[in-house]
Amino acid sequence: MQGGLERATGEKMVLNFGPQHPATHGTLRIVLELDGESVLKATPHAGYLHTGFEKLGEHLDYNQYIVVTDRMNYLSPLSNNFGYVLAVEQLLGIEVTKRCQYIRILMAELSRLADHLLWLGTAALDLGAFSVFLYSFREREKLYSIFEKTTGARLTTSYTRVGGVLRDLYDGCEEDVRQFVSNFPKALKETHTLLTKNRIWMDRTKGVGAISADDAVSYGLTGPCLRATGVAHDIRKAEPYSSYDEVNFDVPVGTNGDAYDRYLVRMEEMIQSCGIVTQVLDNMPDGPVNVEDNKITMPNKSDAYGHIEGLIHHFKVVMDGHGVQPPKGDHYCATESPNGELGFYIVSDGSGTAYRIRIRPPSFLHFQALPHMLEGGMVSDTVAVLGSLNVIAGELDR
Amino acid sequence: MSEENQVEEQPKPLVLEKLEANYADARLAQDASRGTVIIVIRKERAYAVLEYLKTDPELAYTFLVDVTAVDNSQMESELMQFDYARFMVVYQLYSYQGQCRLRVKVPVHENDLNIPSVTGLWKGANWLERETYDMFGINFEGHPDLRRILMPDDFEGHPLRKDYPLRGRGERERFNFDKQNA
Repeated sequence: MQGGLERATGEKMVLNFGPQHPATHGTLRIVLELDGESVLKATPHAGYLHTGFEKLGEHLDYNQYIVVTDRMNYLSPLSNNFGYVLAVEQLLGIEVTKRCQYIRILMAELSRLADHLLWLGTAALDLGAFSVFLYSFREREKLYSIFEKTTGARLTTSYTRVGGVLRDLYDGCEEDVRQFVSNFPKALKETHTLLTKNRIWMDRTKGVGAISADDAVSYGLTGPCLRATGVAHDIRKAEPYSSYDEVNFDVPVGTNGDAYDRYLVRMEEMIQSCGIVTQVLDNMPDGPVNVEDNKITMPNKSDAYGHIEGLIHHFKVVMDGHGVQPPKGDHYCATESPNGELGFYIVSDGSGTAYRIRIRPPSFLHFQALPHMLEGGMVSDTVAVLGSLNVIAGELDR
Repeated sequence: MSEENQVEEQPKPLVLEKLEANYADARLAQDASRGTVIIVIRKERAYAVLEYLKTDPELAYTFLVDVTAVDNSQMESELMQFDYARFMVVYQLYSYQGQCRLRVKVPVHENDLNIPSVTGLWKGANWLERETYDMFGINFEGHPDLRRILMPDDFEGHPLRKDYPLRGRGERERFNFDKQNA
């Protein structure tokens, strides 16, 4: 077909894909140079959702900035909250309580599930599988109800605080989560039966958008996209942060690095996350959720209203120049977000506001590698490959 | 950033030992904080050192995690330490083999914003360097496509520099509607 079209037209066509295309998942734009149906050149453009998050970081104090991290990967804000406060805490040199660590892992894994579920639904929808979208959103809704009850918000969770979390889990949280994880593998199996051996799904994703392990490392791919190429690297295993060294889980890897393997890796990761969630609930320690340092965390409301010391501590924590003040220095902290390595590089000058905050988003590097996966393929595969990468505009453009 | 503390505490990391043996002339300072080795190197030798770090079979820092910069113009202590170089280009490296991180910093003076590009070593460096150029105006020599990436092409200034105001620099006043429509 390609040869026929070439003879027919003999010229290249430039197709502008996005930023307002339903399959671009937000404001992404790719300029495709086509020869008939095949992609000669793809040029991704970023920046449509640039909001200056890094600049804002130099003007907000350490706790205020948590609100901004919600808006980075808005499909799993709890993971961003976690990664950011972890960086600040490591810069401060404090360790949060065991219960807090477990709660954070619980929330991070649930948001990994929510993120992968949304990815699954939309990636399948892009290729025409509408029922998968409905099934995954049905499950995602249950998670969002848990998030809403825990944090008070579905999207802008802002759950973590430097030195702790906003509040402890609500009564009945454990039952809700246990009920979810006991039903979830069965629900995921439905999707497996719909997609995994589906002839159309396999034709559309197998061998599509493949990248070799060497290229993936060179392009800086991380997370499921890297593991699909066969590199068994997971920051939760390689550099266990929080209490990830106390839970058992497997790191699923693919072999071909194509869209189908990225799908399989994410599917297995969801099952692994369920396992982590169960272990966390089984071993959830008791105790306070905030570190007992009044210079870092807020006092209880009853203390703030009932005792002069509590009021002073409350006042000190929120006043500019009196709250969280990490020592002078810089620190890079990486966490395994659902999409891959989410890093925060913070330079502190010793004041209550960061001197510089740099966010290392996984999506930025994934989107960069897109031409490598598209060029030489068919134009219809663009949607399949883009969907398989799960590029989130919020963290891409920051 | 004192070398004395480093030596006393624990055996020297392999990367420091090897760099000392091979690139003693490139090093300006070194440090190890919170489990990460930090080295500050001379700009002229930056490419050679980074290439060595990537290709040496024992070190194998094959993953370029991040490239960014810090404008130190309001950080007097940093300025003084590195001969009043305004910018510090920061490379975060990771070795899958050794499972360790490394932070390489290169001071860049405001009157000479050129620094060799590492796009030839890591494909992923392309956009990271473009963003650093966009936000700080660092000129990566040998970069195949050094354009703005997050800001519009006709944007003036580099927003993450410390002298750039938070609320922008008068775009609204300068925006000429008649000219745009003409």
